[in-house]
Amino acid sequence: MSHRSAGGRIAVALVVIAAVLALIAVPFAIGEIYYVNIASQILLYAIFALGLNVLVGYAGLVSLGHAGLFGIAAYIVAYLLASGHGHALAIVAALAGSLSVTACFAALSLRATGISFIMITLALGEIIWGLAYRWISLTNGDNGISVASRPAPFGLALGDARHFYVATLVVFLLAVAASAIFVRSPLGAALCGTRDQPRRMNALGYHVWLIRFWAFMFSGLLTSVAGILFVYYNEFISPQALALTASAEGLLMVISGGAGTLLGPIVGAALVVIVKNVVSAYVERWNFMLGAIFVAIVVFMPEGLVPGAVRLARSLWRASGSGKSASSAVAGPRQ
Amino acid sequence: MSVLAVNNLCKSFGGLRVTNNVNLTVTQGERRLIIGPNGAGKTTLFNLITGELSPDAGSVSLFERDITRLPSRKRTHLGMARTYQIITLFARDSIAHNVTLALLGLSTLRWNPFVALDRQAHLAAQARDALKRVGLDNIAERPLAQTSYGERRRVEIAMALAQNPKLILLDEPFAGLSIDERQDVRRLLLAIPRDVTIVMIEHDMDVALDLADRITLLHFGEVIVEGTRAEVVADPRTREVYLGE
Repeated sequence: MSHRSAGGRIAVALVVIAAVLALIAVPFAIGEIYYVNIASQILLYAIFALGLNVLVGYAGLVSLGHAGLFGIAAYIVAYLLASGHGHALAIVAALAGSLSVTACFAALSLRATGISFIMITLALGEIIWGLAYRWISLTNGDNGISVASRPAPFGLALGDARHFYVATLVVFLLAVAASAIFVRSPLGAALCGTRDQPRRMNALGYHVWLIRFWAFMFSGLLTSVAGILFVYYNEFISPQALALTASAEGLLMVISGGAGTLLGPIVGAALVVIVKNVVSAYVERWNFMLGAIFVAIVVFMPEGLVPGAVRLARSLWRASGSGKSASSAVAGPRQ
Repeated sequence: MSVLAVNNLCKSFGGLRVTNNVNLTVTQGERRLIIGPNGAGKTTLFNLITGELSPDAGSVSLFERDITRLPSRKRTHLGMARTYQIITLFARDSIAHNVTLALLGLSTLRWNPFVALDRQAHLAAQARDALKRVGLDNIAERPLAQTSYGERRRVEIAMALAQNPKLILLDEPFAGLSIDERQDVRRLLLAIPRDVTIVMIEHDMDVALDLADRITLLHFGEVIVEGTRAEVVADPRTREVYLGE
């Protein structure tokens, strides 16, 4: 158990407050609606990446089926709204439905670890994609389902891009807070233990499978929330959102930012969304560029951008510190 | 009353029988030493007792309760703790966090996703106590990656002791230690109160012999000699398969 000093806690609190204020200022600081929408996309994908990070980073279980859970929630919202139901019912049903599917995913995939776990989640994700693509009477197939309107919670009409950003930001902050609390909790510590030494954890009295199951459920909850935001953001859902590439993109966000850190998936989501939406406007071969960036990260910062940057900053700080001491050591005898 | 009773235990890996009709009864407070050449099936026997492996036949009882089909984690909750021959710790964390995980394993707090683990003062205090018993309380916050092999062995023992077990299974606690470190661990084991029963696998007879009340010699998965120190050392079969002429 690491105990941060009082000064360290104050510094972290100040950084968090500054970051939150900066995020609140985004829609006011950015004039163009297009970029406000990009910021909303970053936040909703960051929630998706945070959810995936619970499994990839803290449980050591790489899932390639999370887009299925993301899509289930989105499809339930779209279907119920298209059927004439209200937003509240659609959102509650989406969370319940998606969590039920998450429980099935977990029960099936947690029979294995490593490559086998990846393959089972990939297969389950593909089943969901196949259903969305082929069960045309329910999902409208490749044409997808449109959502006529966004909700207006507490009188805040989310049809406005800035309002939608604010609502997404609130959900994002709740997701970050929930992730931070979970990771610091005894259950979070136990989950990290099952990642590092599952056999030992079992011998210490832990139910390794059940710990992983609850982690999967928490991961599924965050993923479902991101899926609901996604369908409201686009006001449309189609099988493309559930495809393997969507799961792989989520994984890319987590790994490029830094798995097993809170900030890493957020940075990774920002990187992928910006390259996909902003850079692609200027660079035709943006896919190539994204691939090149990912390769560079893997080669130079294999632990991800955030831990890599921290490592780099520390080594630079040490180098500057030792440089000073070295120069003073050299200066010493001359005096 | 027997703390641990193993009856006609058998285990095969493919065509290789590694545990063959093993019988073992360990009484309250006893120090039992399990010896045998490499490949005798000592660690496999431990894994069968702790539930990490399922036996093909036979039974295991703890405090006269049949635990043969009980999952490994539940045996820990009944008062069984073990250490590993190959050190199995949480290398990314501090020494104190390793011991805290051991404490948490028996606490219902382990399911709590809402409270901060580093604010659980009672767990931190218990972890300190356990580390004090093995002389590591002064470096409790040191990352495990920055500790010596001997210190890690002591962390293994501290984790087992932290769970207040009634039975400890020690798998080669002196392996890889220097002469001084062996003496430290030996003193540590001698200080464990007699209400805790110890079953220990060890090759180093110089330090292990005087810790043992009774000794069991395994060879090719079978118990070939069992008795007091003097009986086992004097037995010609012990000299033949283990100690040498």
